[in-house]
This record gives sequence, C-alpha cells and structure tokens, in this order.
Amino acid sequence: MSFDLSPAWISVKVTLVATVVNFFLGIAIAWGMTKHRGKWQGLLDGVLTLPLVLPPTVAGFALLMLIGIHGPVGRLLGLFGVKIIFTWYAAALASILVAFPLMYRTARGAFEQIDPNILNAARTLGVSERRIFWRVAVPLAWPGIAAATALCFARSLGEFGATMMVAGNIPGRTQSIPLAIYFAVQNDDTRTALIWVGIIFVISLAVLFFMNARSTDKTKKRLGAGRS
Amino acid sequence: MGLNVDIEKRFPGFSLKIKLDCAPGVTGILGASGSGKSMLLNCIAGLVKPDAGTIVLDGRMFFDASKRIHITPQHRKAGILFQNYALFPHMTIRDNIAFALDGLTPGEKDEKVGALLKRFNIADFAGRYPAQISGGQQQRVALARALAVEPDILLLDEPFSALDQHLKTRMMKDMAELLKDFKGCALFVTHNMEEAYRLCARLVIINSGRVEASGPRQEIFERPESYETAVITGCKNIRPAVRVSDHSVRVPDWGLTLTSAMEIGAEKGFAGIRSNHLRLAGEGDADNCFAAWIADVSEAPFTTTLYLKPGSKPDGAEDYQLQCELKRDQLREIADFSQPVTLHFDPAHVFFTEH
Repeated sequence: MSFDLSPAWISVKVTLVATVVNFFLGIAIAWGMTKHRGKWQGLLDGVLTLPLVLPPTVAGFALLMLIGIHGPVGRLLGLFGVKIIFTWYAAALASILVAFPLMYRTARGAFEQIDPNILNAARTLGVSERRIFWRVAVPLAWPGIAAATALCFARSLGEFGATMMVAGNIPGRTQSIPLAIYFAVQNDDTRTALIWVGIIFVISLAVLFFMNARSTDKTKKRLGAGRS
Repeated sequence: MGLNVDIEKRFPGFSLKIKLDCAPGVTGILGASGSGKSMLLNCIAGLVKPDAGTIVLDGRMFFDASKRIHITPQHRKAGILFQNYALFPHMTIRDNIAFALDGLTPGEKDEKVGALLKRFNIADFAGRYPAQISGGQQQRVALARALAVEPDILLLDEPFSALDQHLKTRMMKDMAELLKDFKGCALFVTHNMEEAYRLCARLVIINSGRVEASGPRQEIFERPESYETAVITGCKNIRPAVRVSDHSVRVPDWGLTLTSAMEIGAEKGFAGIRSNHLRLAGEGDADNCFAAWIADVSEAPFTTTLYLKPGSKPDGAEDYQLQCELKRDQLREIADFSQPVTLHFDPAHVFFTEH
C-alpha cells in the first residue's frame, strides 16, 4: 500500500508562505504601531488581534464571505478568471489570517521592550528611520521576533478550522497534515494518523529548537557574556 | 547666534511653558525631578513636538508652530547624551561611534573613528560591547558617538547621575575639558546644584515647567531672585520677611531682624542665608549675632550640619528653623551642645527676594 505524502508538501508550502508573509507583515505593522500612538490605536490593535480570540471557524467563515465566488474579493478576482477558493492559496490565506496576531503581538511586545532612548539616540545622530528599523530595532527585538516566528510557524502548521472553511479537504490539492490526520481517524485509519502525528511532532520540535538556539546566541553577545 | 526657545507643551496635569536664550558655551539647566527639564531637551532635539511656539538654533528654524515647521530629529544636528547613555548594545564600541557616519568613504570613516577613540581614551576597548565596559567608559563612548556627527548643539541629560561618586568628579573634569573644544551651545540638565555650578558658567533654573531664573551662576547662587530659585540652588534657610529699613528685614518665623548688604526693594518677600554661610560668631562680630539652641546634629564626612532654633530651647530634634553647615574644626569651638550658640548672619550673605 502506497503512502500519499502530498499532505506534507501542502502543509510545508502553506506554512512557509504564511510564515514568510506574516514575518514581514507582522513586524512592519508591529513597528508602525509601536512608533505611532493615536486615538484609534486601541481599536486598530483590537481588530488586528481579533483572529486570535475568534474561533478559527468564525475567522474562516469571514474569509469565505470575502474571497468566496460571491464575496467582494472573490468577484473581483473572478473578473480576471482567478478563483482562489478551495485552492492551497486559500489555505495559505487562512493560515496568514489566524497566525498573524501571534506574530504581531509578540513582535510588538519585543519592540516595546527596546529602550526608547536607544532609538532616539539614533534619530538625533541623523540615522534614517528605515536604517534604525533594520539595524537597531530588529536586531534588538530579535529574540522576540524569533519567538514570534516560531509561534506563527507552529500555528500555521496546525491550522485546521479556517482552512476547512475556505480550502476544504481535497486530497492532493488542499489536504494538509492536520486535515489528513482528522480524515484518517474518521476513516478508522489509525496507522496513517499516527505517521502524520509523528511527522508533525518532529517538524514542530525542530523549528522550536532552531529558533531557541539562534535567539540565545544573539542574546549572549548582547548581555556581554565572556567578558574578560 | 545661539539657541532661542519659546515653547509650550501641555500634558494632563502638567504644562511646560519655557522661554530661554542661550549663547554658545555651556548653560546649566537646574531643576528638581519632574520639573520638565528632560522634556525641554526632547523638544529641542525634535523627539517631542511642542504645542506652540518656536525653537531657533543659530538662525535655523527647528520648530515654528504657526508656520507648521517641525524639523525631524534626523535633520537638527542636535546631539543628545542620555542619562543611561543609550549605546547600541549589539554593536561594538567602534561600530557605535561609526554607526551614523554614512556619507564618508571607508578611509575617512576609519580615520575619524580612530581620532575619536584616541581623543576619548577608549581605543583600548574599541572591539568590546557596551555591556563589557564600565559606566564611566560608556559615558565617554556616548559622548564620542554624539560628537562624531559634528552636532550644532549638545544636549546633556543628567550625564553623571548613574556614576559612582568617586568617578563623578573625574568625569566632570574630563567633560569640562572636552566641552571646551565644542564651539556650539551645550545644555547641561541636572538636578544636582554642585554639578551645575562646577560645569556651567550660566544657569537656568526650572520649576514646574517654568523658567524660574537665569543668569551667571554666581549671581543665581548669591542673590537668588525667587524663593524657588533659592530652594533649588540648595538654600536651606529662607523664610517670609518684611522690610524694616533699606538694609534690614524682619523674619517673624525666626524672631530675628537681620541686616543685609543688599538693598531691600520691597515691603514683603523672603530673606535667607545659605547654611554654609551661617557661622558661629567669632571675635569682632557684633552685628547680626543671635543666640540659637542646637536641636540636632548630622555628620557628613567633612562637614557637620547643625539644626538650630533661634530664641528658645527646642522641643525635640525636629523643632528647628535654621541649618548651619560647619567644618570639623569649627565644630570644636562648641563646648556644650546643650547650651545656646551665637550665630553670625554675615550681612554680605543675607539675601532678600521679593518673589
């Protein structure tokens, strides 16, 4: 009996895309929210965090309303002959949506931990905001950003509810590992379920381990380990 | 030339309304914590936007609320030295100093950084990280980093408050030396009157977001123009007073009528004398001598402060109205601490202020 590996490739594809998109989107928005404080900030923060507290099926349903063939975005894409609903793109969008708050929140916390004097010192030295972001803020917030990325990756990898709503369970096209596990159990195929559980366990642990190792390296240098 | 600030900034429960003009050289901004002195520096550096007014440096408009001008901190060339130095913790000392030197070729950059490392005596640990060097060294690095971009104005925010006492005096001397080469305006913010006096020829006293007094340091300390100025500059003995004649005032709280070398220009005000100017009467002192009882004694390493009550015997250690700071050898003149001593209020040091 041949073992269908397609859920692994779909999961990796969806998770990597979602993590890369959220990495840049999350830290950019987190940095923007750290720098600018306005009266709408509380509201905006709430909206950005909402997918974290909503049940994934609700987030998925909202996304379905938006990108479904009758939704505003779906119709717009339809004009160009593009249909993303029930494709792996929709699965990636669902992952981006539900994992975004983890990236945003954690990265923002890390940016807010930076001593504002350090950023202000760079400003008075004439360093551009862009350079301050890449050369000062991101390196100093790196342990937090790494943790955020790991959380984001893990959440995307395990995404089930919202993905089911917008991408469905099409073997070989949208069936990711969590869906494969669910349907294997439904079909009383414990062996397949166990194999996927084992694989997802190994991937998750490896990512967390890698992120931890990297962030401790950086922190050590900063705190002056090895001082003579 | 120089810095002209005339700004307003309102916060819930606090407002800053400051007008001051500084000539090139070091100007001290002296005020208690929470008086708004750091906020003033942030406004000048462009890190905080005032609600109204103008900030002009050497004819360059930094901020003008009416014309909606607000130059970004990046374009003001206002170097700031923070209390915690705010070095980039993830960069070596060399990289910290070189970080903002963008427009230079690598050769010019190396030369400039090398010269600064040498001048500030930090070349030996150029390859280390900020966490690996001492507080005094960090301060030198921060100053070198600020001066590397050749700022038009230097803003020093309590630079010595994080240093140990024994380092502080030396660092102050070093700083005074380094500031001599700086041609622009330098504002030195502190709550420590001794630091302010040592480092700055001119002082501005700030209290609750307002300029209380400004002028040459000697004048501010010798003849404070207001009650607050006297208190902020460390005067312990100042009380409400009424005019008696051109050169004498009555201080009801002390029950004394004092002669002053100053002309008493108003009917009501405050009279005072610094605790280090108050002396035990010696031979030949006739005027302005009064008996006072010792309520408490507090010893510092080289001086001793007597807490005194004029006129009558004190009712416990907290019942005092005057403080007198004496050197150790002067203290030996007192044979019996339970007996009243005679205090001499030198008329040259008794001051009067209307406000």
